[in-house]
Amino acid sequence: MTSGDVKQLVWGAILLALAACVPLVANGYWMSIALTIAMFTVLSTSWALFSGPTHYISLATAAFFGVGGFLVGTGMSDYNTDYWTMVVIASLAGTVLAFLVGLATLRLSGVYFVIFTLGLAEMIRTLVSWIQNNFTGSRGLYVLTDLGEADIYIHLVLVAALVYLAGWWIARSRLGFAMRIIGNDEMVARHVGINTAFSKVILFTFSGFVASLVGALIAPRYTYIEPNGVFSPELSFIVVIMALLGGTGRLWGPIVGVIPFALLQEYINANYSNYSTLVLGIAFLVIVYFLPHGVLGRLEETWAKRRRSTW
Amino acid sequence: MKLTKLFKSAAIGLSASMLAVSVQAADVIKIGAVAPKTGALGGGAVVTQWPNVELWSKQVNAAGGLDVGGKKMMVEIIEYDDKTNPGEHIKAAQRLAEVDKVDFIVAPYGTGFNLAAAPIYAKYNYPHIAVSAISDKMPELTARYSNLFFTLGNTTSFSESVVDILKDMRAAGTIGNRVAMVNVADAFGIELAEAARPRLKEAGFDIVYDKSYPLGTPDLSPIIKGAKESNPDAFVAWSYPPDTFALTEQAIIQDLDVKMYYTAVATCFPAFVGKFGSKINGVFGAGGVNQDSPDIQAYFKAHKDITGKDADGWASANTYVSLQILGQAIEGAGTLDRQAVIDYIKASSFDTIMGPISFEDQISNRFWTVGQWQDGKFRGVKSSQMAGAAPIVAKDGWN
Repeated sequence: MTSGDVKQLVWGAILLALAACVPLVANGYWMSIALTIAMFTVLSTSWALFSGPTHYISLATAAFFGVGGFLVGTGMSDYNTDYWTMVVIASLAGTVLAFLVGLATLRLSGVYFVIFTLGLAEMIRTLVSWIQNNFTGSRGLYVLTDLGEADIYIHLVLVAALVYLAGWWIARSRLGFAMRIIGNDEMVARHVGINTAFSKVILFTFSGFVASLVGALIAPRYTYIEPNGVFSPELSFIVVIMALLGGTGRLWGPIVGVIPFALLQEYINANYSNYSTLVLGIAFLVIVYFLPHGVLGRLEETWAKRRRSTW
Repeated sequence: MKLTKLFKSAAIGLSASMLAVSVQAADVIKIGAVAPKTGALGGGAVVTQWPNVELWSKQVNAAGGLDVGGKKMMVEIIEYDDKTNPGEHIKAAQRLAEVDKVDFIVAPYGTGFNLAAAPIYAKYNYPHIAVSAISDKMPELTARYSNLFFTLGNTTSFSESVVDILKDMRAAGTIGNRVAMVNVADAFGIELAEAARPRLKEAGFDIVYDKSYPLGTPDLSPIIKGAKESNPDAFVAWSYPPDTFALTEQAIIQDLDVKMYYTAVATCFPAFVGKFGSKINGVFGAGGVNQDSPDIQAYFKAHKDITGKDADGWASANTYVSLQILGQAIEGAGTLDRQAVIDYIKASSFDTIMGPISFEDQISNRFWTVGQWQDGKFRGVKSSQMAGAAPIVAKDGWN
């Protein structure tokens, strides 16, 4: 470990500690914005851990997020299980699911992988409805806890710490090295003896674990879980947009996209409520055309690599 | 050039509207409303929720405002679109409380949204008179939130009323024992089908066809075909808006010959009769309203005149009633103090377009459960404690 590495850890710890102080100063309104930012920071960062180096665009976030929220709702409403037990079960289930999905799909490449992950959330939502309809029944999924937004926010900051620590470690490990080679050229990676499938599955599983954990932790905020709400494909897209806006080349890239995007969205909803979808669309075009730092940074990186590999 | 002009006029307009707000701010009651205008529930909220907010606020202001302890105060509505997204809804609710600092709120649209917003409205102690929220957990929820009121009924009573209608029709000799039942495989549809199954069996009915279909199934012709082949006397569908329309369309095309035909949510919508006209005469649906009540007739007329839209045959009236209750409670308490208004709601009986409404443990037990299209009007036929139920008629073909 170099002194630079240690410095990064210390800085990270200080910033996270500061983030954890937000509930002390924020009122309810800013708390709910901070909570949204924390949620998308965790989701985008863990998404970028896998998709950043490998360039596999995964739209599966909603699938794992939904599994987390749905299982917490089912366990608490139908089986009277304690909230924290369900958080553990839900995140484990998400992890296993991500592992299986990873094994089955990471041999797909390019657009096939994207389409499959997009369909995954919808497939699981339908499966869940089918199970409810034929076996378990449904009485509405209630998540009644005493956790307020500040509590949920702190839980998410802790998960963010875990994700950043994992990202920091991966970047310095053989796994991270392998991922970078896979991202540059998967064929080369395989030829130099990297077990590409294994490496990809491990990181995909980790991002699935984080998404399902976030889904479980956020469930008390919604109080009532509707499969259509938690398996919403919109979530997957926003996570990708935010991460790309910030840039996926660095560990702290996604949060650079999450904060302005979340604030912009809030500003639009507050001031142009009736036109929020329209204005958001225009804002998105403006970001892409005029402020493409996140996206541009990524493109430059790719171009630089291309140039190097053609020479 | 043109663009700068546009910006200038926009800026002038904006500052003018801000000026207008600040001038009257002192004598205004600010009421916040968050509900979908877009997304999955947007279509329903635009029929049932938003026009009533507009209607009520315009009527109150046309009458010079609410009388708050001897002072007339106008109401100002601050509205946000939650895009049918719970996270968005929660942020908007917080914004109402913390940034806009509204005095009161209009309850959200949809069960999930009422429950998602309940902790926030409880924290700021807003009277929360939920309408479009149907749950069997009401006692537990009202015990948890002392500011929360329910007005539209519970799941159990909706399925019970349908079984009651089947029993009535069997006793009259109109139908036999053969019931075809289908449901949308989503939360509410599953819940209602599950509640109905044992009750039908207990009442001695044969469920000759029992199928479900996933939410968003575009083609429901196989469902109606299967139901028709089972040769039923009655057809019951625990359906959502899109499938209520799709099933009925297929029933007409395939001429599903039953004497009792029921589809659940959105059967009461003006668009339903708009699409099918006289063909749906005799169709049953969730909800209902007393079409003969002069109060309701006046309400329907004002709804059409002021908002330009027709009210639906169910929750439109309940939504308007919830606003009447809020207005009367503010006037009755004579203050904008929210705890005083909540206490007033708990203790009082309200004179509404649906007759007198009062709350028992924060729940109103006066609501319609089943209505029927009779000569172009959706009439309430089964209810919990409502007066003016119309006699039921047998379905006589699709013409």
